[in-house]
Amino acid sequence: MPPITNMDKKILLAHGSGGSLSHSLIDEVFLKNFNNPFLSEKDDGAIVEIGGTRLAFTTDSYVVKPIFFPGGDIGKLSVFGTVNDLAVMGAEPLYISCGLIIEEGLDRRVLEEIALSMAQAAQIAGVLLVTGDTKVVEKGGADRIYISTSGVGIVKKDLSVKGIEAGDRIIISGSVGEHEVSVLLAREEFPFRSQVTSDLAPLNRLASDILVVDGVKFMRDPTRGGLATTLNEIAEGIGLGIMVYEDKIGVSDGVAAVCELLGLDPLYLANEGKMVVVAKQDCTGEVLKRMRKNPLGRESEIIGEVAAELNGRVCLRTRIGGTRILDMLAGEQLPRIC
Amino acid sequence: MKYIDEFRDRDLCLGLAKKIESILGDSEVTIMEVCGTHTMTIFRSGIRTLLPEPIRLLSGPGCPVCVTPAAYLDQAIALSEIEDVIIATFGDMMRVPGSGSSLETQRAAGKKIAVVYSPLDALNIARNNPYKKVVFLAVGFETTSPSVAVTAIEAKKSGISNLYLLSAHKRIPPALRLLAEDRDLNVDGFILPGHVSTIIGVNPYLFLAEEYGIPSVICGFEPLDILQGICMILCQLKGKRAALEVQYKRAVKNDGNPGAMALLNKVFIETDSEWRGLGTIANSGYAMGEEYKELDAGEVFPLEEMPSAENEGCICGEILKGRKIPNQCPHFGESCTPYSPLGPCMVSSEGTCAAYYKYG
Repeated sequence: MPPITNMDKKILLAHGSGGSLSHSLIDEVFLKNFNNPFLSEKDDGAIVEIGGTRLAFTTDSYVVKPIFFPGGDIGKLSVFGTVNDLAVMGAEPLYISCGLIIEEGLDRRVLEEIALSMAQAAQIAGVLLVTGDTKVVEKGGADRIYISTSGVGIVKKDLSVKGIEAGDRIIISGSVGEHEVSVLLAREEFPFRSQVTSDLAPLNRLASDILVVDGVKFMRDPTRGGLATTLNEIAEGIGLGIMVYEDKIGVSDGVAAVCELLGLDPLYLANEGKMVVVAKQDCTGEVLKRMRKNPLGRESEIIGEVAAELNGRVCLRTRIGGTRILDMLAGEQLPRIC
Repeated sequence: MKYIDEFRDRDLCLGLAKKIESILGDSEVTIMEVCGTHTMTIFRSGIRTLLPEPIRLLSGPGCPVCVTPAAYLDQAIALSEIEDVIIATFGDMMRVPGSGSSLETQRAAGKKIAVVYSPLDALNIARNNPYKKVVFLAVGFETTSPSVAVTAIEAKKSGISNLYLLSAHKRIPPALRLLAEDRDLNVDGFILPGHVSTIIGVNPYLFLAEEYGIPSVICGFEPLDILQGICMILCQLKGKRAALEVQYKRAVKNDGNPGAMALLNKVFIETDSEWRGLGTIANSGYAMGEEYKELDAGEVFPLEEMPSAENEGCICGEILKGRKIPNQCPHFGESCTPYSPLGPCMVSSEGTCAAYYKYG
């Protein structure tokens, strides 16, 4: 990972992008100070054992702007986001906490709408919001409202990148980029509109549908930094290469059009209701069958495979049949999408 | 997506790649794609991996961010220090290093810097902040400058007096002449920028074939366009002729866009301009014309002469001229990466070094 240079003595927006700069910040500041075996796994959450029970434990903060967007809002996002982090760790999400930082002057009705949305999301996902905290800061001290959620769940199956081997297949549960595009256009900074709706959804049932299949080795939700970043994290974790096929990766017409206009790469756009699965080749039929039965996985596809060659890099077979490296994003593509 | 998918058709692309191989035979050919958007298509779609080895594709000076000199960045950074100034800029400029800082670092230090997608956004910022002074960093080639001209005209017409432009606009043809005159340059054909041509038309490039005998094709930006453009250049080379041809006929008219050219000539005047790595090229830039002087940030905010320094050892200039490729730079991938770029070619999403680093 590249070092933080002298030019970056201040924290930049790019440090929060989920790309390479975020990773170097984690290595150089957080791992250095808090290092322990749980944290050094660098997973989306930790698995801890208490009284013989294995618990998955995760936390996340939400600063999305705007707080309401097509397909969701910051409240729903804060619940499903944490549920999804637990689900892809192979856990059944159970309890969630919620910390609110509210800017003075927020309309009370907005807060009530967000709270209602969180309650509905918790009910849909089957989790309980069991504790919380509220702080109000002066006008300008925050941007309307920030939410931080933590969650715990019981581990149903141990998943780890360590079991991944060459020949394993990469599956994704549907098309990419809807969340980020919907948020981006909801800011109304562009003189055009689209019908794209965020894919925000709880993935715990889809995850449990496939956990029972033996060959499922690893799952991850490709949020900030998108599919490309998730694939790079997997490749880095296993020291093997990954080859993915561009024509297998679904991109809706709406997302594709916005990407063409703004010069964005959909493979780096955030998703909030998609799951990447690494599974042994001989069980992919069963995994796909189960995923496609679930409405959230109807468009599941095998998009690539783990490869011993490729020097530990992620490569893309392009639509026209060429090959290129699919690297991690250097900085921000766009700020604050979750 | 309609009108896009057709130009990324695998069978057609592979067919053209085969045709290229058969025309090429044993000869070695070097082709320069002038425009940064072409460079990105070539890398993003993996075109190099489809072409036979004796074809060398070089990237030219057609990335507006890459050719913007450090002195300009220093000026922009100095302006961002002035009370009441909001800098409005395209996102690509944020990370370009000046002599000591970058706009991204300035923003983190609390300076007011807004990323915009269109110069008209800068006009809106000015409209919404009547007590601030908004300076738009006007960079780009003939593709971009007409929209800046429209913005200037609109600002004047609607009485918005707090929008200023810091123009580093560049004109492509003079830079191409500089390349064509360079005896060390070893280029057998040019892939010329399609979108610049939608504005300026085809005539400004005629000299490449007529005076210098270099086959040139004005090309679109999809993989199929570029492969066809390469094919057309190879056919010229094989037939031992040099001509200016248009592959991008669906967008480029011979006389370009006279309306847009009229706007350019209304707002700007041609001027000598400094290109990073290439030096000062006569009549290769646009400065604010007499009628629009009051919008010229350089006039309104007089800054002291500052010594500006490009990074030592950065071979951006050699790369922009196609004499070297990024891997030959001692900084490439070591002290110069997209995370901490030394030169703009590593910053811009259209930059040659960034493309080499990102897509290998």
